[in-house]
Amino acid sequence: MIDELRKQLDEGSVTSEELFEEAVKSAKEVQDTYNPFVTILDKYKIRRRANSILTGIPYTLKDNISTSNILTTASSNILKDYVPVYDATVYQKLKKAGAVLVGKTTLDELAMGGTGTTAATGVVRNPWNSNCLIGGSSAGSAVSVALGIVPFSIGSDTGDSIRKPASFGGVVGFKPTYGRISRYGLFAFASSLDHVGVFTRSVRDAAIVTDIIKGYDAKDMTSLKDEDKSYTDELEKPLTHKKLCYIKEICDINQYNDPKVIETLRKFHDFIDKCRNQGFTVDEVSFDKVLLDAIYPTYMIISCAEATSNNANLTGIQFGPRGDGNSIDEVMFSARTKGFSELIKRRFVLGSYILQKENQEKLFLNACRCRRLIVDRVNELFKDYDGIILPASGGGAPSFDSSSEQVTDQQLILENHMAIGNFGGFPSITIPFTFVKDMPVGINITGRVMEDDILLHIANEVEKITGLRGLKVGDRHV
Amino acid sequence: MYKAVIGLEVHCELDTKSKNFSSSPNLFTETPNIHVSAVDLGLPGILPYPNKEAVRKALKTAMALHCENPDEVIFDRKNYFYPDLPKGYQITQVTKPMGRNGYLDIMVGGEKKRVLIHQLHLEEDTASLDHFSNYSLIDYNRSGIPLIEIVTEPCISSADEAVTFLEDLRDVFLFLGVSEARSNYGQMRCDVNISVMKDTDSEFGTKVEMKNINAFTSVRAAIEYEIKRQTGLLESGGKVIQETRRIAEDGKTYSMREKVDAIDYKYFIEPNIPPVKLSDEFYEELKGEIPELKLERYEKYIEKYQLSEYDAGVLSAKRDISDYFEEVLSYGSDVELTVNFVTSAILSTIKKLEIEIKDLFITPKMLSGVIDKVKNKEISLDHGKKILYQAIEKLVDPNEIIKKQNLHQINDEDELRKIIEKVLDENDIQVRQYIDEGNTYVYNFFIGKVMQKTNRQANPNMSLDIIKEELERRKNNESK
Repeated sequence: MIDELRKQLDEGSVTSEELFEEAVKSAKEVQDTYNPFVTILDKYKIRRRANSILTGIPYTLKDNISTSNILTTASSNILKDYVPVYDATVYQKLKKAGAVLVGKTTLDELAMGGTGTTAATGVVRNPWNSNCLIGGSSAGSAVSVALGIVPFSIGSDTGDSIRKPASFGGVVGFKPTYGRISRYGLFAFASSLDHVGVFTRSVRDAAIVTDIIKGYDAKDMTSLKDEDKSYTDELEKPLTHKKLCYIKEICDINQYNDPKVIETLRKFHDFIDKCRNQGFTVDEVSFDKVLLDAIYPTYMIISCAEATSNNANLTGIQFGPRGDGNSIDEVMFSARTKGFSELIKRRFVLGSYILQKENQEKLFLNACRCRRLIVDRVNELFKDYDGIILPASGGGAPSFDSSSEQVTDQQLILENHMAIGNFGGFPSITIPFTFVKDMPVGINITGRVMEDDILLHIANEVEKITGLRGLKVGDRHV
Repeated sequence: MYKAVIGLEVHCELDTKSKNFSSSPNLFTETPNIHVSAVDLGLPGILPYPNKEAVRKALKTAMALHCENPDEVIFDRKNYFYPDLPKGYQITQVTKPMGRNGYLDIMVGGEKKRVLIHQLHLEEDTASLDHFSNYSLIDYNRSGIPLIEIVTEPCISSADEAVTFLEDLRDVFLFLGVSEARSNYGQMRCDVNISVMKDTDSEFGTKVEMKNINAFTSVRAAIEYEIKRQTGLLESGGKVIQETRRIAEDGKTYSMREKVDAIDYKYFIEPNIPPVKLSDEFYEELKGEIPELKLERYEKYIEKYQLSEYDAGVLSAKRDISDYFEEVLSYGSDVELTVNFVTSAILSTIKKLEIEIKDLFITPKMLSGVIDKVKNKEISLDHGKKILYQAIEKLVDPNEIIKKQNLHQINDEDELRKIIEKVLDENDIQVRQYIDEGNTYVYNFFIGKVMQKTNRQANPNMSLDIIKEELERRKNNESK
C-alpha cells in the first residue's frame, strides 16, 4: 500500500524505477490470463522535482482517460489507433505529483457495460477465479489493484463502474462527490452521471489519492470549488458521524431464493451487528419500492440518451478509422457500423429513440423526474443519517457460464442500487467485507454530497471492522 | 393583389477574445486550422467552458432589442451529423434563449415600422467546408466562434423592409460593440423565409427558404425575385412548392432541395454547463452598458437639438461619430457650430486621411475650445476651420495655435474703422468706382485689403459693415 511504498522509497530500500519495472513485469505476466491492460508502458517516466506522497509510486489509468502521446482506445475499435493530443486533468495532476504510469486498463467498450466482457481486446477475467468475470466497466483497473500490480488505479463510474468491480475484485472503489474530481479528459459516457474515481486496497489510500487528484478545474464547469481539507488528515481525527441506515426493501432476506444472495445478506446483517457493537447506529429504513424499481430504467434511459449524443463525435472524420462510401453520410455510417459492437449500437439506438421529439416527454423527461424523486428521497434520509450502507452486490463475481442467467426483478434492484450515487452525485465507496463461496463481496456506503471527508472517515472505521484492509489476491481469508 | 410574408433568421458572430466554449482565439484569418484546440475539434473527453463575454454581449443585444431575458443561462444540445460539426452536436439555446418577444423599430420610406423579434439565442459556429471536385476540406478556425441567431416573426413585407432591418440590425451590433458584423467575412449571415398570399387570404402561403445569404444586396435580389416568381406561379394557377432555394450570381433563385420531413434535432439540456442564475443587479449592470442606439439618437437630434433630418442622419449613422459629436456638446459647445464643424471639417478630414474618428488628432475637447472661440467671435468660422486643418497637419492643439499666433479677432470698432479709413485712403480708384458708378463689387476688394492688413484678424462681418458705412459717408460728403 502507499504508506509502505512511500517509506521504502524514502528509506532508499527500493527505487521508483524498480517499482515500475516490477509492476511492468507482473503486468506482462498476468496479461494473457486476465487481460487487464490495453497498453503496458515500457518506458519509465517521472516528473523531475516532483515531491508528493505519490512521487515514484506506480499506478494504472482506465483507457478512457486522455493521455497525450499514449494510445487511448476506450476499448473500442473506433478508437483503436487513437493517440490523444492532450492530457486529462486527473492525469496531469498525477504526473505533477510524480506518480508513475504503468499502463492503460481494459474497460467495457466506451465504459458502457458492467461485466468487463465487452472490450474490443477481449474479456477481462477475475483474478480470484479466472472462470469468473470481474465486472465493469473499470475491469482492468480493478484487476491491476486486486493483483497488487499497482497500489492504485484511476477509473470512471457512471452507474457503478468502479464500485461493482471493486466488490468483485475485493478492493476499495471510491467515487467522490460529482465535481470533486475534474472530468476534463474523461471520455464522456453520460456527462450528468460520469465520475472519475479510484481503486485502492485501503480506505486510507483512497483518501491519499483523492487528495492529489481532487480540486476545481477551470476546464470543467461542473467541478467544485476547492476546499481547505485533507481527507487523509481527517481520518486521524475521532469520528463523530456514526449514524447509518440500510434499506429494508433491498436487504430483507425473506424476499430472495438464490442461496448465494441469502448467504450474502446473512453475512451483511451479521456485519451490521458488528458495526453496531463498534459504536455505530445502524437503522433499517423503508424506501418506496416504486422508486427502487425505477432505478435501473431511469439509469438506462438517461445514460443511453446522453451517450448517443456524447459519442456522436466518433464518425471517422476528425480521427479514427475512415469509413467507405460515396457520400459523407455513407462514410460516417460505415465508420460507425464497423467501429462499434452490437451492444453499443443497441444503446445508441435506444438513446436516439429516447430523445426523439415524440418520446422525449414520456421517456427522457420522465426519467429525469424519477431521478429527482429518488435523489430527494435519499436526501431526506441524509437528514437523519450520515450514510447509507448496503451490500454492493448479491454475491461474489458471477462465473462466465452463469452470467446469462435470468435474474429476478428483486435481484435487479440489489445489483443496480449503486446508481443512486450517480443520480445525486453522492460520494460512494465500496470496500471488501466478506467472502461468499470463496469470492470477495463488497459493502457500499454512500454519504451526503460534498461530505467526502465524512464518508471516507466512516468507511475507514468500517474497514477496521472487516479485517480485510489491504486485501490482495492470494491472501488467506476467513 | 398578392403580398409577401417574410421572416428572417440572422446569424452574427460576436466579437470576443476567445471562442464560445474554448480558449482558442476568435480571430478571422485566411490560414486554415490555426485557431483550434481539442475542444474545437470535438476530441474525446473535452468539456465546454462558456465565454462570459459572449454571454454578456448576447444578453446586451437581446436587451437592446427590447427582449424578455431569462432568469438563468442554460444551453441545449442540437444533435445532428455533419462534417462541419465535430462534436456531432451544436451547443445552442432552446429552453431559455437570451431573449424572447422583442422588436426593432426601423424607418422605411419615412415611416416607422416595428419588426418583431421572436427570439435571440447564443450558440457556436460550425467549421467551414471547402468543396472540391471529389473531396472537401475542413477549416476548424470558425468552429466554436460565438454566434447569435436572431429570428424575426414573419412580419416583413418587402425587400426594402428586409434590407433596412438588416442594415439597422447591423447598426445595433455596431453601436453595442458586440460585433463588427462584416458580411463579406461571413460574420453576419441571413436565412430568408418567404411566401406570398392574397391580400384577402387569412392563411400564409407555402414557404420557401433561402439559406446563408451574406450580402444585403443578395437578400434584396433574392426577395424581389421570389416575390415575382411566387406571384407569377400563383397568378398562372400554379402552386409554390415548399423547398430550399439558393440565390445565384445572376440574381435568380434556384431550387436546391425539396423540403423533406423536418429533422429531429433531439434537443436536450447540455449537462456539462450547470445553469447560472442571473441577478437583477447583473441585469442593471448590463443595462448601464447599453448606449442609445441609432434611431434614438436620430430622434433626439431632431427633437432636442432641432437638427435637420439630413444632419441628424449623418451624425447618428455611426456610433463613433455620434459619440464624438455628443462629447463636444457635453462641454457646452454651441449646437449649430458643432454640427457645422463635425459634418464638414471633421468628417471630411477623416475621410481624406482614411482614418477612424478615434484616431483623429483633434479631440472633442480641443474642438469644443475652437468652437467656443468662434461663438465668442474671437475668431471667425473660416479661421476656426483653417486652424483645425493646421492643427491636424502639425499635430498641435488648435487652441495653442490660436494663442501662439495671436490670432484673436479684431472686434474693436474704432480700431477697425481706423484701419478701414486707411485702406480707403490708399485705394482711391476703387472708392471712385463706388461713388461714381455705384459698383458694390468693391466691397470684396476692400475686405480683402483689410484682411491682408490685419493678418486676417479683422472681424469680417463688422469690417464689411464699416466699409459700407465709410463708402456711403464719403459719397454723401461729396454730393453736399
